Amino acid sequence: MKVTDNGVILDAVDLGILEALQENAKQTYTEIGRRLGVAHSTVYDRIRRLEAYGIIKKYTTVIDVEKIGLRNVTAIMTIFTDPKQSEEVAEKVSEFPEVLEVYTSLSEELLIIAKVVAEDQERLHSFIANRVAPLPGVLRIRTSIITKKFKEEAVRVRNSLADKIKLINSSGENRGRR
Amino acid sequence: MNRREVERILRKVPREKAFYFFTSIGNYTGESAASLGEFVEKLKTVNSKSLEFHLHRGDFEKWVADTLEDKELAEEIGVLRRVPSLMGENLRRKLHFIVSRRHDQLKSLF
Repeated sequence: MKVTDNGVILDAVDLGILEALQENAKQTYTEIGRRLGVAHSTVYDRIRRLEAYGIIKKYTTVIDVEKIGLRNVTAIMTIFTDPKQSEEVAEKVSEFPEVLEVYTSLSEELLIIAKVVAEDQERLHSFIANRVAPLPGVLRIRTSIITKKFKEEAVRVRNSLADKIKLINSSGENRGRR
Repeated sequence: MNRREVERILRKVPREKAFYFFTSIGNYTGESAASLGEFVEKLKTVNSKSLEFHLHRGDFEKWVADTLEDKELAEEIGVLRRVPSLMGENLRRKLHFIVSRRHDQLKSLF
């Protein structure tokens, strides 16, 4: 059982549903129910509850953009900011459609780290020069253009249920061997 | 050139129209200029890599022509851009000379 920051209690079935949906959101309630050993109506109710609490935020599709001819330049932009204006800079940067992810970081200086996409290097530069650099509070910017992607995964729910089932099964096997 | 045109070239532009000095794609130095006077000053101190980056891309000419609306200075910078292997401190000296001369000339007109 897991209690979220919002006080929502999630049990092994909830976590199992989340794990199953992260693997394949097109699975039917019956398929998920069969996998978890619960009725499809239970799966339906639990999913509605997870949606209502905002734990399931949305269902989306992962597209291989290169296969449809969309060749983009992706870059990691590190923005050094005036600490007093860092929040405002992060909020403004988050509003740009070219920016996919925005984080703040406290290393030696207060930084904003953002993942940016553009159609090509020239458009990337133009965006940073014309939209980001002029923001009040931006001190300087370092940008690294990504040349090759080795891995990209969202944070996955790791349900201990599957592990528990395996554990029960293996202990049963061990007992049988005795 | 009338007084209004000179004042227009020498005016301070809003920060979104200022010139932002980069050393390469997406790498902003933290230096910017919002007027021809500020531009002259920054040319003295900004990283020479930044001068090379912008000169060869034609960014200086574009900003001077489109934002400050000084076609004459833009053309002079364009001539400099076409000088082969102009780099580092040599580039800084020549660019600063051209821009500061124009700035002084405009300031002395009225």
